[in-house]
Amino acid sequence: MTPTQAEVPQRHGTPRDSDSTPVISVRNLWKVFGPKAERVPDSEELCGLTRRELMDRTGCTAAVRDVHFDVSPGEVFVVMGLSGSGKSTLVRCLTRLIEPTAGEIVFEGEDIRDADPARLRDLRRRKFSMVFQHFGLLPHRQVVDNVGFGLEIRGMSRAERTRRAQEVVELVGLAGYENSYPDQLSGGMQQRVGLARALAGDPDVLFFDEPFSALDPLIRRDMQNEVIRLHHEVGKTMVFITHDLSEALKLGDRILIMRDGKMVQCGTGDELVGAPADDYVREFVKDVPRGDVLTLRWIMRAPEDGDALDGPELGPDVVVREATRVVLAADTPVKVVENGTLLGIVGDEEILAVVAGREGDV
Amino acid sequence: MTVVMEKPERTGAEEPAAPARSVRRVGRPVLVAAILAGWLVLFAVLRGRQTLSLAAADLTDLHRWFNDVNDSIGANRDSNPLFLYFFNEIRLVIDTLVTFVQELISQPSADRPLPQIGWLGVVGIAGYVSWAVGNWRVALLAVAGFTFLGLQGLWQESMDTLALTLSAVLVALLFAIPLGVWAGLSDRVNRIVTPFLDFMQTMPTFVYLAPLTLFFLIGGASATIATVIYAAPPAIRITAHAIRSVPETTVEAAESLGATRRQALLKVLLPMSKRTVVMGVNQSIMAALAMVTIAALIDAPGLGKTVVQALQSLDVGTAFNAGLSIVVLAIVLDRVTTAASVREETARRSKGRFRTWRRPLLGAGAVIAVVLAYLSHTYVWAAEFPGEGSVGSSVASAADTTTTWVQDNLSGLTNAVRDALTNGLLNPFQSLLTDSPWWLVGAVLIALGTVLGGRRAGVTTAVCVGLLVGTGLWSDAMTTLASTLVATVLVMLFGVVVGVWMGRSALVDRLIRPTLDAAQVMPPFVYLVPFLALFGATRFTAIVAAVVYAAPVAIKIIADGVRNVPATTVEAATAAGCNTWQLITKVQLPMARGALTLATNQGLIYVLSMVVVGGLVGAGALGYDVVAGFSQGQLYGKGLAAGLAIVLLGVMFDRITQAAARRAGA
Repeated sequence: MTPTQAEVPQRHGTPRDSDSTPVISVRNLWKVFGPKAERVPDSEELCGLTRRELMDRTGCTAAVRDVHFDVSPGEVFVVMGLSGSGKSTLVRCLTRLIEPTAGEIVFEGEDIRDADPARLRDLRRRKFSMVFQHFGLLPHRQVVDNVGFGLEIRGMSRAERTRRAQEVVELVGLAGYENSYPDQLSGGMQQRVGLARALAGDPDVLFFDEPFSALDPLIRRDMQNEVIRLHHEVGKTMVFITHDLSEALKLGDRILIMRDGKMVQCGTGDELVGAPADDYVREFVKDVPRGDVLTLRWIMRAPEDGDALDGPELGPDVVVREATRVVLAADTPVKVVENGTLLGIVGDEEILAVVAGREGDV
Repeated sequence: MTVVMEKPERTGAEEPAAPARSVRRVGRPVLVAAILAGWLVLFAVLRGRQTLSLAAADLTDLHRWFNDVNDSIGANRDSNPLFLYFFNEIRLVIDTLVTFVQELISQPSADRPLPQIGWLGVVGIAGYVSWAVGNWRVALLAVAGFTFLGLQGLWQESMDTLALTLSAVLVALLFAIPLGVWAGLSDRVNRIVTPFLDFMQTMPTFVYLAPLTLFFLIGGASATIATVIYAAPPAIRITAHAIRSVPETTVEAAESLGATRRQALLKVLLPMSKRTVVMGVNQSIMAALAMVTIAALIDAPGLGKTVVQALQSLDVGTAFNAGLSIVVLAIVLDRVTTAASVREETARRSKGRFRTWRRPLLGAGAVIAVVLAYLSHTYVWAAEFPGEGSVGSSVASAADTTTTWVQDNLSGLTNAVRDALTNGLLNPFQSLLTDSPWWLVGAVLIALGTVLGGRRAGVTTAVCVGLLVGTGLWSDAMTTLASTLVATVLVMLFGVVVGVWMGRSALVDRLIRPTLDAAQVMPPFVYLVPFLALFGATRFTAIVAAVVYAAPVAIKIIADGVRNVPATTVEAATAAGCNTWQLITKVQLPMARGALTLATNQGLIYVLSMVVVGGLVGAGALGYDVVAGFSQGQLYGKGLAAGLAIVLLGVMFDRITQAAARRAGA
């Protein structure tokens, strides 16, 4: 009856290997729009200004300000922020669809900002691909030709790219619609075409720019599940832009929260909910069902004298919701154990504080 | 004009200081009324003084100088290097092209008494091409239409018009599409090109002719070049628009997949804008047809010439017959190119069998067309249109009979309408404009321009007034101005009544819109013919033709404006208990104010071009000066100055109403 540690699933399916070198490494990235934009990142004084002050002083808008992060191989890295926070500009800077103003973007050891146009095109053709909010499909081409468009650009022969496109069309669940035109498909299906087009070139990294924002909630959920499934199947590194926190928590291994072009916090979902960096993040995560996100690590307490230490054991990364039954069913507090070390204990009171809310909480 | 005087809402930004703002807000309609009242008072006192009138045969120094320039160009045409190596070369190339196409379908070529391809071949090819780019319905229309041209006894004239139109469109597109793509890709090019295109499209067809004859002589080459210049702007503009309206995401997606600029252009931008570009080709062809018919004034061959000659001898029957041919040609060309622009979509929808059969069918059709062309090349029966054009003569005599009947039976009515409007509205207004001292009218125009359009419009008006005086044709310009304004008021009356009706009822819109669309593709010329029959050769004929010519565009703009009033606003007003009249006057018209001003702008421009053409049927003034300039050497300079005066009027109207529209719109 007592489940052991192994039987409770961990929240994240992909193992995170913290030792591996990052695929993408972004340092001090700036994007400033406006006249003589390049002086802004160089000037310490201008860097210190708020967005509004900068606009008044120089007529420039800083869309991305001094952002840095690493994306590990196979990771789903989510950038989240409200509209105008600079997240779409950020993702476009990563592939230089928008030219960054300053900083480094190192991809597999190469600074993308140094790539000449030919090298950049080559990277875009083979290493990256992107899924767009408004799909960006070609209305005059059938699904299969839309999917094969990137391969055509590379110069692949017609027979070969049709074969490859067909494979990917089946992978994203569009079999039977190969010869339809985009305007004959629903929004969700059109985005599947966009997804297939991005996958067709077998890139190392997929960029998603709010891909599901234009879709209905139910379809959005389907598509999110589709992305999770594809991530399991093909294991690509993904950088995912969204303004929807629940989407971020559902998909992201790690989440970067942006506000006014600056990064506010970067961490796993439970870190954001358990230890928000400031009031902005706290306000953001307020309505998140904490039990779904927080793990036992966040709620355990040190054992005190008189605590019975003969209860069941659970790992520290078990999500509260999944530990609830075990804890409530046990007569004594549950021990949180990692590699044989006792980290703390979790009793009914701790669980209820998360699930039902602490007394005095709203 | 009444519309522009409505008090536009504040849009801010332009006005510098707040106090000036509040003064103007209160004052605009009052100010306009005050200006007009002051004018009337001064008119009563100063009537007939300093009117700058100029008799028909009199010339000013400027006109004589133009004549001298013309003479010296004529004398040095074959020695001046600029002409020898530039203008003459262009003329030669264009001439060669036009002659080639003419010998193909309309004119006897060197060793043959007949063109290379006779009527059967042309009809066959027209049908085949229409079917290939459009559908079988327009192919039938093309075959029927072309055959009808032959039955009218105007085969050769029609083919001349077609030959000129097609060569001009070919040359125009050769420049226009690349330029349009460039303007679509580059913001800078677009910024440079747009004002030129705006300017070129505001000008009546007429004014292109005079300066071109200076460089390219009177004849087919000048006509074709004028047509090229007139037909290019819509194609440039629409191509640029098509490229620009490709969604940014799509271009970005192609870029993110590593497409080169060339790949993005060829695989994304061009295919996605194809349909719109074909619409540009349609506009271009219609503009070319309009110009080719008018170019008859500078001796372009074809249907236009038949109409002009008939109009000058007041032979309504012949003019009507030839006008009908132009209409038929216009309908065929318009329908076929429109069908071509929608074919892409429909072909995509029709799946399966038909598509697999299309290729072999196209091949078979091509073979048939070639056989027909061969037959018409070889046998006289297939080359020369059979019959005497009996349909044409019966059309002409029917038109004559109708005219006579109308003149016998309805002259009371038509004359009453004519005289009422002429004496009640036109004459007083015209004498107000022409009999006031020039400085008074000029001051009034500048004041009105400033009040309605803002300071910059006022400055433009001042410059235009100054230059108008300089042309030496002030009095004629004022006569044209009077006709134009009267016609525009009538256009706006029609426009508001029918436009509101259409805007409020989808059914009425569906019924009326096709007629308006058809009316808009007609060359302005053909409108003169029926009204000539009704009202004789007077100013009034030109005004009525102008109203009919300009009304469709005004109606459509107003209807769209009324339709675009948000449904929720109308709903809210209805919920508040508005009756229909209140709904129209308090909600729909005020909210469509931008559309009303735009309609006034377009109405003025269209009316001006027609009033000027009316010079052919007795409207006199600037239009007559231009026409006379083509036919009489010593009046050439005056005609050129008149063309300039028309341009100035056009610019003045356009600037004031555009500025007013910007204020009202927003």
